Amino acid sequence: MLLALLALALIALVLATPILVREGSRWRARRAARRPAAVDPLDTLYDPGRERRAEQRARELLRSCVNDEEWGMYRDLGFIRVAGKHARRDSDRTTGPAYAYLIYPHKPIVAYVPGNGQLLSEYCVEFPDLTGAGGRHRLPASDDVLAKWMALTSDEDRVIRRANMHLVGRQLDPARVRRDLWRLADWQRRRVTGRRQSAGPASRGPQSGT
Amino acid sequence: MDPVAARGPIKFLRMKPGHGEVLLAEGDPRVREEEERLIEAFRRQLDEGMWAAVPTTNAGSGRREAQMVKTYGDIPEGAERVIFFPRASGG
Repeated sequence: MLLALLALALIALVLATPILVREGSRWRARRAARRPAAVDPLDTLYDPGRERRAEQRARELLRSCVNDEEWGMYRDLGFIRVAGKHARRDSDRTTGPAYAYLIYPHKPIVAYVPGNGQLLSEYCVEFPDLTGAGGRHRLPASDDVLAKWMALTSDEDRVIRRANMHLVGRQLDPARVRRDLWRLADWQRRRVTGRRQSAGPASRGPQSGT
Repeated sequence: MDPVAARGPIKFLRMKPGHGEVLLAEGDPRVREEEERLIEAFRRQLDEGMWAAVPTTNAGSGRREAQMVKTYGDIPEGAERVIFFPRASGG
């Protein structure tokens, strides 16, 4: 009797095996579908070398897009100045921009009046790449600067509309921004002087020969 | 003449976190298959929410600036590259 029961159980097990295997694989497939997409473990690890290489590439791209003065400004001072496109008065069109922006990497854009250095407002704006793998959404610093530069020089109104506007001081220290404006003025003075000095001997050369 | 047909080879670059710029596509719009590939790549980037800009030099002032392009046909003649970057949002 016992032997017959064991034989029946064995037969039932053999018959049920394909069904169990099929259900098992379906369960595994459902479980895999519920799990978030596999992330490359290398993407989740912070690799300073990789970030540095990314920043180096970003700097090269920025350098190839902006002019020499803007590139020198970023290299030496860490920010770029972009002139505002709107004019308050007709005289603004001839005497220079009525306002300008300072673009910092991963910091708000600051609007100010070039004539007197008055700080107007700071515009908090980001360029998050939500498609980035490994939870990495932040562009390299120089790419962030280039994104702001491209957005401001192509469609100033659109980027300003999208930004959150605050008085200067919410994220940036006004004293630091004023110091940066002073550094910028000093940098421009030295640049003009250096250009004159380097142009001097060349321009005097032919005269001295005559 | 079709402005697209007048262009030379062009590169599509995209800013990417952790990478710097990445080459998405490269081709000559005068070659039909390559242009189709470029159009497809352009459309995919816009679908992913990217903005596209072309670095240019202002003919009058010589100033460097960028030009936003919203469709493939907006790419100015003579452009050598289009840079895709995430769209701006309030920070």
